[in-house]
Amino acid sequence: MKELRLMKGNEAIAEGAIRAGADGYFGYPITPQSEIMEYLMAEKPKERTGMVVLQAESETASINMVYGGAGCGKRVMTSSSSPGISLMQEGLSYMAGAELPCLVVNVVRGGPGLGTIQPSQADYFQTVKGGGHGDYKLITLAPASVQEMYDFVSLGFELAFKYRNPCMILSDGVIGQMMEKVEIGDQEPRWSDAYIREHHPWSTLGKTPDRPHNIITSLELESSRQEKVNLKIQAKYRILETEEVRYEMIDCEDADYVFVAYGSSARICQKAMELGREKGIKIGLLRPITLYPFPVKVLHDLAGKTKGMLVVEMSAGQMIEDVKLAVECRVHVEHYGRFGGIIPSPSEVLHALENQIIGG
Amino acid sequence: MSENITKEELQQDENLIYCKSKVLTDNEFHYCPGCGHGTVHRIIAEVVEEMGIQGQTIGVAPVGCSVLAYNYFDFDCQGAAHGRAPAVATAIKRLLPDRYVFTYQGDGDLAAIGTAETIHACNRGENIAIIFINNGIYGMTGGQMAPTTLEGMKTATSPYGRSIADTGSPLRITEMIAILPGTHYVTRQAVHSPAAVRKTKKAIRKAFENQDLKQGLSFIEIVSNCNSGWKMNPRQANDWMVEHMFPYYPLGDIKVDGQLVK
Ligand SMILES: Cc1ncc(C[n+]2csc(CCOP(=O)(O)OP(=O)(O)O)c2C)c(N)n1
Ligand code: SF4
Repeated sequence: MKELRLMKGNEAIAEGAIRAGADGYFGYPITPQSEIMEYLMAEKPKERTGMVVLQAESETASINMVYGGAGCGKRVMTSSSSPGISLMQEGLSYMAGAELPCLVVNVVRGGPGLGTIQPSQADYFQTVKGGGHGDYKLITLAPASVQEMYDFVSLGFELAFKYRNPCMILSDGVIGQMMEKVEIGDQEPRWSDAYIREHHPWSTLGKTPDRPHNIITSLELESSRQEKVNLKIQAKYRILETEEVRYEMIDCEDADYVFVAYGSSARICQKAMELGREKGIKIGLLRPITLYPFPVKVLHDLAGKTKGMLVVEMSAGQMIEDVKLAVECRVHVEHYGRFGGIIPSPSEVLHALENQIIGG
Repeated sequence: MSENITKEELQQDENLIYCKSKVLTDNEFHYCPGCGHGTVHRIIAEVVEEMGIQGQTIGVAPVGCSVLAYNYFDFDCQGAAHGRAPAVATAIKRLLPDRYVFTYQGDGDLAAIGTAETIHACNRGENIAIIFINNGIYGMTGGQMAPTTLEGMKTATSPYGRSIADTGSPLRITEMIAILPGTHYVTRQAVHSPAAVRKTKKAIRKAFENQDLKQGLSFIEIVSNCNSGWKMNPRQANDWMVEHMFPYYPLGDIKVDGQLVK
């Protein structure tokens, strides 16, 4: 019998972390994601699995604790919301440079600045275009349900370790706060030191006589060697872009028009599609699940088969840039968005399609 | 003994009274001659070797002149972002409680950009050692003012001498963290003379041994020179340090076994 629970998205992240066999969580409270650490603390994961949970003095400290844990080959994570994620950018850049795997959850709220605690998708650029300094990418998963919040914890760790790169779950206040049914998986074991030494021999668990000392660093002062570091990292990204693209396509086969949306916007678009189809407008939905790597090819192919695309985001228009790059002007693309914490209604999204694409 | 003893005859184990620690790699130090960093590295390596904990030691290097410290220590190391070494070490120690974990940090790293991480790691009583090199200046970036720069001291960013009115007083962060219940052992040492080196070595050994007790954090400030940044030769720099730094940063134990020394 599968274990089913009614949970908030934030709680699903926390339970997912314990069940995935995570070794550590380091975080700092911020709305709308504080339930993640609260749930972890209440669950006493030290007793359940030995997982370490620590409230840090800041997001800066959190991400650097994650760096330290990841350097030891441990499955460690943090979570925050937009302003806190901004504080982590230096650390994320260091982790990408040092090729360290970790999981970071951003339950996005409206900005800029202190902004609002209401949901938003305005951190897309920060997440997929680098955010911190230097040429690097975050593997980015965009859950659209509480179940995906749960599932993407173990998927995120898997991808992070496979590519030795930080992975971000880019969620928002809607998915973090809403409650849905979740199918809970079995308890995965935490990795033993012996397992880590065998599978992640780069980790700093303590030198053994059979290998030189391990060094975790992102520093390479000599330019020609630093260029090699960059080339190696870029080569990883090229593999990611061919192997790890994930998306969901709904009713696109016969669609004249396509919504492109991720996360909670995709849920709203699903309802708008139904409303449209009731009126006889054939609409499909392309939901990117990985925002990086972005589903470029599928969008490119779809562009030749549809009359127009509406990119729906709770932002002033960020993902639309990647959609436009993907379709290479082969189809009319428009953006519809609300921001500052406003969630668009399905009928307003349908109107936008009718006005901007069908009538436009 | 014969007068014409050969080199080979001399180089016998029984004649050996001093050599490079096995826990130091063969990489050549990049430090300026006479800089305290190299001496402290050597002492740390000797302590790790003597305690037989090379395989259980994990060091965290800072951003500063000692950013490449990990190239010299022959044990596993991580290089932290500027100021964040205590956070990095916190996680390492929490996840690997039986390892010996230490940070090695300069005054800009520890007492300016990393002040929050320093204070909170101390306050949580992390069972790590912090080795803090106070040379009163930013060596790596070319001799700018540090929080520990003495009043009147000329640096690249205080070319007319540090003004307390404009920049506050030199920060005695070691005294600050000593009052936190989380610190177990707090001391200020130096490496300018053989006697000082011996004391510092004892202190570092104690800081490593303390990790077995799990009683809290051990903090060792080492007042050191930056002859390049101070624009002196090594000899002058050490003399200047004794004359000017030691009165403001007095050497000796500040807290032992969790008790402030009075
Ligand atoms: C975020 C950030 N800010 C600034 C720097 C530049 N920087 C590198 S080392 C350093 C100061 C080092 O001084 P200190 O910690 O006293 O060590 P020392 O070089 O004297 O040993 C600075 C400001 C940096 N690397 N990162
Ligand atoms: S610049 Fe100063 S701190 Fe840096 S190596 Fe030279 S003497 Fe030492």
